[in-house]
Amino acid sequence: MNSPIRPVSIKDAKYLKDPQTNEVHAVQALINGDHCSVPMVLDNMDYAEIKRQVDAGELTIEDAD
Amino acid sequence: MSRARTFADLATASEAGSLASPNIVINGDMAVAQRGTSSTSTGYQTVDRLTLGVGQVSVTQSQQALTSGSPYEAGFNNFYRMANTSTSSNAGSYVQVTHSIEAQHIANSGWNFKSSSSFVTVSFWARSSLAGTYYVRINTDDGTTYYRIKAFALSADTWTKVTFTIEGNSNLTINDDNGVGLQVVIVPHYGTTFTGTNASTTAWFTLTSNEYFPDYAQNWGNTSSATFDVTGLQLEVGEVATPFKHESYGDNLARCQRYLFRIDAAGNNVTRFGTGQHYTTGAGEAYIAVPVTTRATPTLTQTGTAGDYAWYSGNSTLECTGVVAIASSASRYLPVVYAYCSGATLRAATVLMADSTTSAYLELDAFM
Repeated sequence: MNSPIRPVSIKDAKYLKDPQTNEVHAVQALINGDHCSVPMVLDNMDYAEIKRQVDAGELTIEDAD
Repeated sequence: MSRARTFADLATASEAGSLASPNIVINGDMAVAQRGTSSTSTGYQTVDRLTLGVGQVSVTQSQQALTSGSPYEAGFNNFYRMANTSTSSNAGSYVQVTHSIEAQHIANSGWNFKSSSSFVTVSFWARSSLAGTYYVRINTDDGTTYYRIKAFALSADTWTKVTFTIEGNSNLTINDDNGVGLQVVIVPHYGTTFTGTNASTTAWFTLTSNEYFPDYAQNWGNTSSATFDVTGLQLEVGEVATPFKHESYGDNLARCQRYLFRIDAAGNNVTRFGTGQHYTTGAGEAYIAVPVTTRATPTLTQTGTAGDYAWYSGNSTLECTGVVAIASSASRYLPVVYAYCSGATLRAATVLMADSTTSAYLELDAFM
């Protein structure tokens, strides 16, 4: 961590299923107030932060519809 | 800068072998601001490749036009501004702006970062409304994080050219990959929670007791309406700061688009975002023609309102019934997005567009 605090607010996280494959592939969330869908790949920094917060018990992701 | 001084610098740079070295910093002239020109939020919001971090205070970040002064005379037309809108005397307050450089851009730059006789040089113009001694930091990200810092003095409201030459170190790790390699962090203010005597001003160091810098004598974070401006950020291989390597707006934008590509309907309420097909009668997918390969499979950001977007297929406009989202087939080569609708023709070609609103946009973000 190279900042004193990395200020990322993640709210309303929910898994998304791709309608073509019906498989969970992304996370929909409000990130710093923006409406985002985040692919579940670790070199995506948003997903890396989501995973860090989930692993730390700071974030819960709602199941996909 | 006098012509004689310029020639002297060029001669020195030539001897140091750095004349051919490009500026590894992207958008160092602060010309590209795809997201907008002013924001009260932190993070990536205005000038591309610069992210604002603040704690305990409120700061407005903006891209500003530069119309006079030394950096203007050196060819810069824009600068990045941090403006303090809510002060704090709290020891845990901080304000910083960070430029992150992709690791493979450092690993392939020609800098032998393991050698103490191989160098990179950072230079930039800075101006603060509050006179004092400030700090700039370089840090690695792979392996153990190492820090190298430099103090610079600013007179109030006066542009000053800052240069910082950094030697390699055998302890540094910088991978040849698409993660963060180096960060350049320019710091108007750190409270005493983050400062102290453990921060070395002469050598690379690892963090002890969260002390990134010596104590700041002045308190920008507790100064109402204080401003701090930056432009002309350059990092180059070699031990001499050469004149800024200006580039065209188009070349600069293309380098920025590896990390962010935004299509905005602000100027056209039926802007087309991408073409694709309806793989069911209840949804469509669109392929976004990104101008360059993005650093990673990107996050998709949109307005959050399904009705801001529509499919245009077979001479019919089908309003989206769900928000646009990134698809499982998306990659950094070809981002694919999808959105639900109803009444589409199976396998019909389609276009994703703004549904008669200038508010719509799609942002593909592969920042780091």
